[in-house]
Amino acid sequence: MNELIYFFNYVVVAGSVTGCIYAIGAVGVTLIYSILRFAHFAHADMMTLGTLAVLLLTLAFPHAGAPLGLPTAIVMLPVAMAFTSLVAVGIDRAFYQPLRSHGVKPIVMVIASLGVTLMLQGLIRLFAGTGSQNLYVDARKEIFRIDVPGVTRPIILTEPQIILFVITIVAVVGLHLFLTRARLGKAMRAMSDNPDLARASGINTKLIITLTWVIAGSLATIAGTLLSLDVAFKPDLSFFLLLPIFAAAIVGGVGHPYGAIAGGFLVGFAETLAVFNWSVLLRPLRDSLPTWLELPNNLALVGTEYKIVVPFFILVAVLIWRPTGIFKGKVI
Amino acid sequence: MPLLEAVDVHGGYGGMNILNGVNMTIEADEIGVIVGPNGAGKSTMLKAVFGLLTITQGEIRLRGKPITNLSPHKLVEMGMGFVPQEKNIFATLSVEENLEMGAFLKPATVSRLKAQIYEFFPPLREKRRQPAGELSGGQRQMVAMGRALMNEPSVLLLDEPTAGLSPRYMNEIFDRVKTISAAGVGVLMVEQNAKQALRIAHKGFVLAAGQNRFSDTGEALLNDPQVAKSFLGG
Repeated sequence: MNELIYFFNYVVVAGSVTGCIYAIGAVGVTLIYSILRFAHFAHADMMTLGTLAVLLLTLAFPHAGAPLGLPTAIVMLPVAMAFTSLVAVGIDRAFYQPLRSHGVKPIVMVIASLGVTLMLQGLIRLFAGTGSQNLYVDARKEIFRIDVPGVTRPIILTEPQIILFVITIVAVVGLHLFLTRARLGKAMRAMSDNPDLARASGINTKLIITLTWVIAGSLATIAGTLLSLDVAFKPDLSFFLLLPIFAAAIVGGVGHPYGAIAGGFLVGFAETLAVFNWSVLLRPLRDSLPTWLELPNNLALVGTEYKIVVPFFILVAVLIWRPTGIFKGKVI
Repeated sequence: MPLLEAVDVHGGYGGMNILNGVNMTIEADEIGVIVGPNGAGKSTMLKAVFGLLTITQGEIRLRGKPITNLSPHKLVEMGMGFVPQEKNIFATLSVEENLEMGAFLKPATVSRLKAQIYEFFPPLREKRRQPAGELSGGQRQMVAMGRALMNEPSVLLLDEPTAGLSPRYMNEIFDRVKTISAAGVGVLMVEQNAKQALRIAHKGFVLAAGQNRFSDTGEALLNDPQVAKSFLGG
């Protein structure tokens, strides 16, 4: 039983945490792709920017969360989301929109977004420095130990992890309701499906583009903040998520929000399972194993330092098996 | 004052003129049909009316107001509806959502108009929750026309609405076009099935090489031996 709890703590919980963050990031990437038809490489640094906004607000008002019983960073999240959305819309107006009106090829937009990401990285380091900082400024991270009867080892969940799960569920359900019920949400799907016909129906495509950036900026802030709450704020934390997030979006089927969620969890769990030490699970069988078979201490598929390889392995496998992704996405 | 009027329209894509002086007039309750050989500029003319290509010379007027080179968005606001020949539905959206998108500019009227469209195209009511892309060709054409009608247009532009349809659906679509026009909506359509289309047309325009060759009532064109010989296959 102890081994199962260990598995739960180190695979189910850890995989869900990674999965949630990849999923929220990938939804943003996929929404931008579905409306603007280019891979937005600045998405990861938009996550960091949003988190930086949370950090600065938290440092300015360290005790704002105490009356509500929440970490201050969570209370500041809506403000930071609004700020990041504004910046995202501003970036679009300043850099992407002029290119769009010239009718450039998607690859030009991709390179422009690389430029934006380098610019953001510089700006973020200018304000936050290069070291890591804790987003918990006013209180200690609470750790919940849930005892399972008959087992010595407890299930361990931390406060930021619980917040992460709750906010992810709220964000996903909210986005689903918006896309399927709201007039503008349906118009967004319509524009993703057939932009010419959307224009011919009188849909205000400029408004839809602005809305896309608002949603992308908000989701990026959520993903970055939740990640930094779980570990700590670092200027390059999200940048290293860029490739797994793109893998998740492509695996799920580009332009397909539900696919991005599925892809996010698939990549997150695959990463976690790949670095999990399976020898722990086999330990109870040790006594019944033949004597010549000795159980090694570490039985992980890949070492932790090679974790980044896993998303690419899945990406290649899925693209060979199903080139449009799990859900039928748009072919790039 | 005619509903829609095109005077000596020249235009094309990227400096290459396809239209070399097209003239057309339709009244509020009329069906105008554009026929002609391949490459005559039929669809191009329809797109020119809807602001999808640059008109270099001439003028288009809607109820006497010049609308030359206005954006499609503006024209939809002014009451023009356009059904392209291809990719004329939102394939991943449900039938109902397709209709709702047609009334994007008039959210208050959605439920009333939706009920009217379901009356008008009964098969769509049963399929309203299905993705439009899963429907048959004829039903897709109904979704496409329904979407355009949701904006309560005063002019409806149809680009080959019966292309690739079975004779049964073809007759049904022509029938619907007659009803739409009888309700006071001006219809301008391009048709490959020239004879059947001219039978329901109040006005017919035979284009060749981007110019009017013959313009008359539908009946007169059908009975004109010259039109029959050169354009309607004898």
